[in-house]
Amino acid sequence: MKIKNILTYCFISSLFLFSLICIWKILVTLQGIELINFNFNKLFIFGIILCVINLLIGKKFNLNIKLIILALLFSIFDYFISINLPIWYSFGIFLISLFFFNTIKNYDKNFLSKNHSSQKLFFNFLTLFGITLFSFVILFPFYMMLVTSFKTQALLLLNPLDFSINFAQGLPELFKSYFVVFKDYNFGRYMLTSTIVSLGTVVITLIFAIPAAYAVARLNFFGKNFLSTSILIIYLFPAIVLVIPLYTIFSQLGLRNSIEGLLIVYTATTLPVAIYMLQGYFKSIPKELEEAGIIDGQNWLGIIFKIILPLSLPAISSVALYVFMIAWNEFLFSLMFLDRPNTFTLSRAIQFLNIGAETPRQYLMAGSVVVTLPILIIFVYFEKYLVSGLTAGSVKG
Amino acid sequence: MSSKLAKIEKRTAYLLILPSVLLVFSIILFPIFSNIWISFKNVELKDLRIPEPRAKKLVKSIKDTPNKIKVIYKLRNSSLTQEITNVKFKDKYPDNIEPTNLDKRCEFKRKSLLCELGNWPKKYRENLEIVFQNTNNQEVSKKEIKSYNPKLSGKSQNILLTYEFTLNNFKKVIKDKAFIDLLSTTFYYTFFGTIGAIVFGILAAQMVNQKFFGRTFMRSVLLFPYVAPVVALAYTWELLLDPTSGTLNNLLINYQIIDGPINLLGQKYVTLNILGFDFKLRLALTTVIIFEIWRYFPLAFLFILARLQAVPKELYEAADVDGANPIQKFLNITLPQILAVISILFMIRFIWNFNKFEDIFLLTGGASGTRTLPINVYQQGFSIGDIGMGSAVSIVIVVFLLIFMFIYFKLLGKRVDEN
Repeated sequence: MKIKNILTYCFISSLFLFSLICIWKILVTLQGIELINFNFNKLFIFGIILCVINLLIGKKFNLNIKLIILALLFSIFDYFISINLPIWYSFGIFLISLFFFNTIKNYDKNFLSKNHSSQKLFFNFLTLFGITLFSFVILFPFYMMLVTSFKTQALLLLNPLDFSINFAQGLPELFKSYFVVFKDYNFGRYMLTSTIVSLGTVVITLIFAIPAAYAVARLNFFGKNFLSTSILIIYLFPAIVLVIPLYTIFSQLGLRNSIEGLLIVYTATTLPVAIYMLQGYFKSIPKELEEAGIIDGQNWLGIIFKIILPLSLPAISSVALYVFMIAWNEFLFSLMFLDRPNTFTLSRAIQFLNIGAETPRQYLMAGSVVVTLPILIIFVYFEKYLVSGLTAGSVKG
Repeated sequence: MSSKLAKIEKRTAYLLILPSVLLVFSIILFPIFSNIWISFKNVELKDLRIPEPRAKKLVKSIKDTPNKIKVIYKLRNSSLTQEITNVKFKDKYPDNIEPTNLDKRCEFKRKSLLCELGNWPKKYRENLEIVFQNTNNQEVSKKEIKSYNPKLSGKSQNILLTYEFTLNNFKKVIKDKAFIDLLSTTFYYTFFGTIGAIVFGILAAQMVNQKFFGRTFMRSVLLFPYVAPVVALAYTWELLLDPTSGTLNNLLINYQIIDGPINLLGQKYVTLNILGFDFKLRLALTTVIIFEIWRYFPLAFLFILARLQAVPKELYEAADVDGANPIQKFLNITLPQILAVISILFMIRFIWNFNKFEDIFLLTGGASGTRTLPINVYQQGFSIGDIGMGSAVSIVIVVFLLIFMFIYFKLLGKRVDEN
């Protein structure tokens, strides 16, 4: 057993335990409970002591009993050094320490005497710590968005750290911001516009992209290589360099403030990537199937509709979902082209809410939830397709 | 026979790709070219409105003579800056109505009033008064006359279509003292945003590539910032980072980590004292970069994870036999395997970050030292209203973009050769 290994073990383990506790304490603070100290010194040293005890006991004991006892000890210690906290807080501490001692219960003298075990340990904890931290950092803004939409301006200003949800006030009170957003700020209409624009973009893009992708994948014609390279190049051109000319042209043609204009632009900007993704998939379909179709007397249209389309349904769903996501989330063009509230999409409407004089933040966040939730639900539900779309698209944004 | 088939095939192919090519040409390529055109012109936002001849029709009855009626057309040129030439006017009247006094420029034929009003200078205004009477001496219905609307047409010079060019826009762009600052901000933002996203992408991919409980869930969660709408995320971050009522500042103050609130999005510089040296950190820019990393590391994660899962397990097993430690395994096995993906990712993300507009626009609006080239396009074109300048900045972006793309395709070509 090397001293270096033991020191790393104690230090890293205790630090990991402490960081878990910190995240828990932050979450507790956000429930409006006064907690002003992480108690780093005490908890860290006690953590080290418990880790050493864990090491000394090793496997002499039933592991489960060992970890429960250690977790209990830790929670009781924490209970005594922090005053006036509710029982659920201590229960949370208990669960966290249970989880922690569960991960280190297998470490004993033998393990620490192996080669590289300190590095292995370090990376094990780094992974665990990383997972916790990444989830926290990623989910925290989403959590804030949701919880803020359930609060009122007065409560938010009174204690900016109190994000507890008061279920006692009843559902209508709780969802008040959503009622306001839909009723007073017309979000129903914006949501409809966003849906129409996004679905419209998907349909038109597919109508344009499927034949073109088929031609690029299968047919021989002059300029084919040039075309496939240009698709990639065009795809890399950003919206910001298109904005001024399109704005000038659309203003003069009277296409600004219209859903049609938005549809045209969205379709054109998503077409290259849609063609690129589809042609890759079409190429993977065996040519023999089509030849069989030709022998059966099908023309090109028949081949596309009866052979290619049914076979490439997964790829088409990926493209459709991906295009839907781009169109739903799009902001720059809707900012440029729409100034009349009756043509706003959701993204534009939220931006309009924000620049409007002193819109209470719970309404802003309720609006944000309204625009985020559908796309997250779609994402979680169709994750497989969307992920393959994201990877194949390589990707815009 | 076969050449005939080939011909058919060719024709079908052109037919199938034509709609897409036309659409992409008119909405993407044509605007890029017209950017060049506009950037050499002195065009402002207010010039975009095409000058129109307008007429407001007022109908007035004349005292004691119900069979007569006075019609006043208030004519004006809608443009304050441009002249309209060859204005033509047309209005309809019901049966049995005739004008009694007619302007020289007008004639009345088949129930219509037609006028040739000539050229209107800018800000032109005129009242055209005509008295009409009923030929049967009956009372004239005001309502009926009002129900028709006059139609006007005229030619005006469209400032976008003239052949007057100027180099002023580019001179202004390059001579601007802030131009170097603008470029350095853009590159700083692009470079650190890209590197950060890739580093965190590698870390996340390494984590998720191991077996643990809730791994699939974790993979979805990691992609959330990437799939959610930027508007919602940017405003949530703005609320989180708000100096007075934001959660982050209040938390830090609550735990006595900082003494007073820090305006993370509104403060240009912060001085850090590290080991006795003072460092000036661009605070708002750093915050924006962190948001950028937070939002785009999922993409890097997704790519690198896909690549990691394709790395043969035998390589790691062999390394275990050789007694390699985790760092050695990462440096000698994992890194070479994902290097190709990383280089492609770097180029793609670099190009996209270079052109990123929404994120900065929504978080800071380009204030406190976060003005990048794309933000400048918007500010020149729409906040200041100088479309020509905005276009010139776009052209600068396009030039950089072409350079990046050249490098990118060179790299891509090299990789294809290697394979």
